[in-house]
Amino acid sequence: MIKLIAIREFKSLFLSPLAWAILTVTQIILCYQFLSQLESYMKVQSKLSTLENSPGITDLVVSPLLSGAAIILLLIVPLLTMRLISEEQKNQTITLLFSAPISMSQIILGKYFGVLGFLIILLIMIALMPLSLLFGTAIDLGQLAAALMGLFLVLASFAAAGVYMSTLTRHPAIAAVSNFGLLFFLWIINFAGMSTGSSANAQNTISLSYFSLLNHFEPLLRGVFSTTDIIYYLLFIALFLVLSVRRLEHLRLPH
Amino acid sequence: MGSELLIEVEQLSRHFSSSQSSDSLGYTTAVDDISFNLKRGEILGFLGPNGAGKSTTMKMLTGNLSPSHGSIKIAGIDLMDNPIEAKAMIGYLPDTPPLYKELSVDEYLSYCARLNRITKPKLQQAINTTKERCGLVDYGKRIINNLSKGYQQRVGIAQAIIHAPDIVILDEPTVGLDPIQMIAIRKLIKELGESHSVMLSSHILPEIQMVCDNVQIINQGRLVFNASIEQLNQQMQTYSIRMSCQKPIDLQLISDLAEVESVHLVDNNDNSIMVNCSQSDTTQEQDPFIRLSQQLIAIAEQDQLGLYEIYPKKQSLEDVFMSLTLDNSVEQVGGNTH
Repeated sequence: MIKLIAIREFKSLFLSPLAWAILTVTQIILCYQFLSQLESYMKVQSKLSTLENSPGITDLVVSPLLSGAAIILLLIVPLLTMRLISEEQKNQTITLLFSAPISMSQIILGKYFGVLGFLIILLIMIALMPLSLLFGTAIDLGQLAAALMGLFLVLASFAAAGVYMSTLTRHPAIAAVSNFGLLFFLWIINFAGMSTGSSANAQNTISLSYFSLLNHFEPLLRGVFSTTDIIYYLLFIALFLVLSVRRLEHLRLPH
Repeated sequence: MGSELLIEVEQLSRHFSSSQSSDSLGYTTAVDDISFNLKRGEILGFLGPNGAGKSTTMKMLTGNLSPSHGSIKIAGIDLMDNPIEAKAMIGYLPDTPPLYKELSVDEYLSYCARLNRITKPKLQQAINTTKERCGLVDYGKRIINNLSKGYQQRVGIAQAIIHAPDIVILDEPTVGLDPIQMIAIRKLIKELGESHSVMLSSHILPEIQMVCDNVQIINQGRLVFNASIEQLNQQMQTYSIRMSCQKPIDLQLISDLAEVESVHLVDNNDNSIMVNCSQSDTTQEQDPFIRLSQQLIAIAEQDQLGLYEIYPKKQSLEDVFMSLTLDNSVEQVGGNTH
């Protein structure tokens, strides 16, 4: 049943021009970023080769590219997730799912995996750019894999938060804005941690910035695969999916 | 099989919190203490004015709303304890058909069928049978959004019956249909009633009379009438005759007749009168109503009044409905003071 809903959701995404537009725009912006980064790398390449233990192309081109991708997708994922539940509530098609012999968690997981499928396509499209470097040079495939996995976890977290925001309202636009607000907030928590990091209350800021979504992404970009970071993302996803299921059940309760 | 209970509803209530609530409890009661049963092979009509609680009751029966109080059993399975098993036996058409308008009819129906546990090998057959039943055979490839309202409604009904559920719950199924489609849908409901139990809501009273075996009238969240269609027809039996003549009618002469309870002039211009037949005298073998009408005709002939119209004033379902719901609201006003 989860699979059925996921496939339906995935197909529905492609029935609207939104999915195609998102794929195109993301690809154009990241491609430009990739090419400009590659160009600046070419300029400094000769100097770098004289240095000992210098950063390679993976550090200078691939990591910034994927880090930039996370920021762009922070703006874009809310647009993908906004209509998941809210539009069904608005059009009252959610009745179809509520009346069918399926559980609330199956509905949420189905919807979530449908979006995840789309995000995987997006991720593959992005991964093609660093992989194209393989024609000319050697890149650190291990680091690339860790970074891609990090990006996937970041996107999966964005989507989980998006599903929850979509259950809260009947208006897709409001769902998108609230999700964007939440994600943006979880991003700038990190900024606050960095700017006041030197002061006496460093302890507080460290604990605050610990919640930053992107903070846990950086080690993965550098190729550091730490279980705490992975668990952070998995917990984040689980939290919002459980909240979504609860919220969906709440819709039927007397109030 | 015949007496198997498919729906058992006991003391069902549903409250909604509301700021403009009329009572001190802080909520509005949409459905108030309703109990009823539905047997297999029965068609139950659910009547009521707007806002009476019809849709709320149906939403609770299909698991779209949880009741505030009371229990619902679907074929012996408690809807609260085991919602998934219970829901598998129900097909539901809500007041707004839950259509994904960007899909084609075939895609949509196959999704609904799969959601309702129809396995892949049986899928195509289920879709074909349902399309045939709902008159959608030539519309499989069409996008739902481009269909007319009536055809969208048919797709909604198709969605409710595609998995051949034991219970079909239809919330105002004939809304937005043209008369020909209405007849087709009524025929379909009749057909469904042979193998499934059907519960349908409507505010079109003749429709309920035509289709249903049993009738429930609900007003302000309460059941005010729950009986078979025969009992309803009995309640609607007529005891008045309207008669129009070209010449003035002698009212005194008519009110002297044994069977007449009262008589009054309806319209001065065309000399129309309304004669109410007394109902007390039922011991004689001939119906007093028939005797009265014969006598009225005899009088008109004798006096050469130029009778041109005489007919029994049918008490319509509307009248019964109005009297039942109005009585209830009067009671309610009285009841609120305690």
